[in-house]
Amino acid sequence: MWDYAKIAALGLVALAAAIAANFARDLAYQVHAIIILLVAGGLFIWQVRRTDEPKAIPAGEYMDDVVRAGVIATAFWGVVGFAAGTFIAFQLAFPQLNFEWAQGYMNFGKLRPLHTSAVIFAFGGNALLATSFYIVQRTSAVRLWGGNLAWFVFWGYNLFIVLAATGYLLGATQSKEYAEPEWYVDLWLTIVWVAYLLVFLGTIMTRKEKHIYVANWFFLSFIVTIAMLHVVNNLVIPVSIFGARSVQVMAGVQDAMTQWWYGHNAVGFFLTAGFLGMMYYFVPKQAERPIFSYKLSIVHFWALIFLYIWAGPHHLHYTALPDWASTLGMVFSVVLWMPSWGGMINGLMTLSGAWDKLRTDPIIRMMVVSIGFYGMSTFEGPMMSIRAVNSLSHYTDWTIGHVHSGALGWNGMITFGALYFLVPKLWNRERLYSLSAVSWHFWLATIGIVLYASSMWVTGIMEGLMWREVDANGFLVNSFADTVAAKFPMYVVRGLGGVLFLSGAIIMCVNLWLTVTRGTAKQAAPLAQPAE
Amino acid sequence: MQDTYTLLRHFADSWMLLAMFTFFGAAVLFAFRPGSRRTHDDTADIPFRNDSKPAGAEDSFGTRANMKEAAQ
Repeated sequence: MWDYAKIAALGLVALAAAIAANFARDLAYQVHAIIILLVAGGLFIWQVRRTDEPKAIPAGEYMDDVVRAGVIATAFWGVVGFAAGTFIAFQLAFPQLNFEWAQGYMNFGKLRPLHTSAVIFAFGGNALLATSFYIVQRTSAVRLWGGNLAWFVFWGYNLFIVLAATGYLLGATQSKEYAEPEWYVDLWLTIVWVAYLLVFLGTIMTRKEKHIYVANWFFLSFIVTIAMLHVVNNLVIPVSIFGARSVQVMAGVQDAMTQWWYGHNAVGFFLTAGFLGMMYYFVPKQAERPIFSYKLSIVHFWALIFLYIWAGPHHLHYTALPDWASTLGMVFSVVLWMPSWGGMINGLMTLSGAWDKLRTDPIIRMMVVSIGFYGMSTFEGPMMSIRAVNSLSHYTDWTIGHVHSGALGWNGMITFGALYFLVPKLWNRERLYSLSAVSWHFWLATIGIVLYASSMWVTGIMEGLMWREVDANGFLVNSFADTVAAKFPMYVVRGLGGVLFLSGAIIMCVNLWLTVTRGTAKQAAPLAQPAE
Repeated sequence: MQDTYTLLRHFADSWMLLAMFTFFGAAVLFAFRPGSRRTHDDTADIPFRNDSKPAGAEDSFGTRANMKEAAQ
């Protein structure tokens, strides 16, 4: 019965998409309607072919196929996003790379949101989906709840990414940073996200363990908060049901505050809470010892979620936002430093008594460096949120450097560590194909981040100082173009840092590919085990 | 009758602030309650159980996965 309902629904969706493609008012909407038409049509045929066939319901094992798909998607989107980022870094250094023949599609302004969404939502998002599905099953000791709903979440989320990315290139954007996709893409993500919440909550509620492991608390807060942020920040009214354009419901400073409440909590809950869920599982697993202090992890959790949500106004110093609001944001950002470092200490001290692993195990090295970058950027962030520092750093490349030491260092490195941990387990391999390739990846990525962050510090502070320099009569000394010219060498260094980081990620993909294709299968445990 | 902004503003920096701070303080104090150590040690060990099979599932040797791991 359910199969027949699905066939009918898919047929109707395909029909509606065909009508929408016909009446489309702009190119992006038309292309999206055709993509939806093809996806729904393909699923329709696929569903018809398997209806009334007997289905095997696997029981007594974890649902790992969807995690495997998530791991592949993470590695793929990672390379795409890093390549896009490296290319636009060189576009800034060498404007000739904004090719004349690709104007309107491949210039910096079009590719920049493509890069940010590819690394945050495609690479980071798929990493969060895969690891949260892996971790919640192991720590709840049950199979994922909801049967194939997890597959709907995975494919639905990746369809969202394809719609977002094609939309940017074709000019469909609501111009909100990290929330660029237009109204119908937002609606689709809302549906997918509710399904994600159901799968995750359902698994936790059917768990066989008495307690909910701390990693799941972080994942759950990430899922719930992102749902809230996404819905509120994307309150819009479409101009036409057959067009991509929409109008924001909120205006002026309210809209700006909503945007940065969203924007900063995307950092706080997507890139921090979710990835802390990874840290609280993979670091203990790889170090083979439980987390340093479970009590500290509880305090870390509650302090982080109670503080992060207020930090957004620090993006709006010296604007139309009332002073009390930006002071509130600043104070909460500075207080946030404490739980962040509590979490860093908890992660690092998990290795106490096992520090020798740093010499022998490049995966744990990656995780430790990632926690180190978490500590560094959660110190730099509060400092930059202070009004006086912000008056120098805001609108300069320092901000970009800060974001990347967090994103490449913390999110990137912990994800790489998780991928190296997961692939041999998921494909049942004895070990990774090459540990020295992991070391190469580690050093390329680390040196790449160092080049990136240090060049952005230099150019950011230089830029800030040049902008505010006035002569004896109070006239500005430098024009904007002077700062652009002075930044050139640092832009080249930043691009080279990107090349190193990207090559490390490609080495990882080759290594993981060879692990799956050439690695030896893991032997089953011996039948009789000696008494311990 | 005051406007909504002022009403919400006064509520936010009085009762709501108190409620959230109390909840946070209680959550932290609860983590440090006497006798919590045993629970926390057990919970911190969760990642090292049920690694390959859900609890209660029979593995290929016919032993129950969680029992085998519990015996180690």
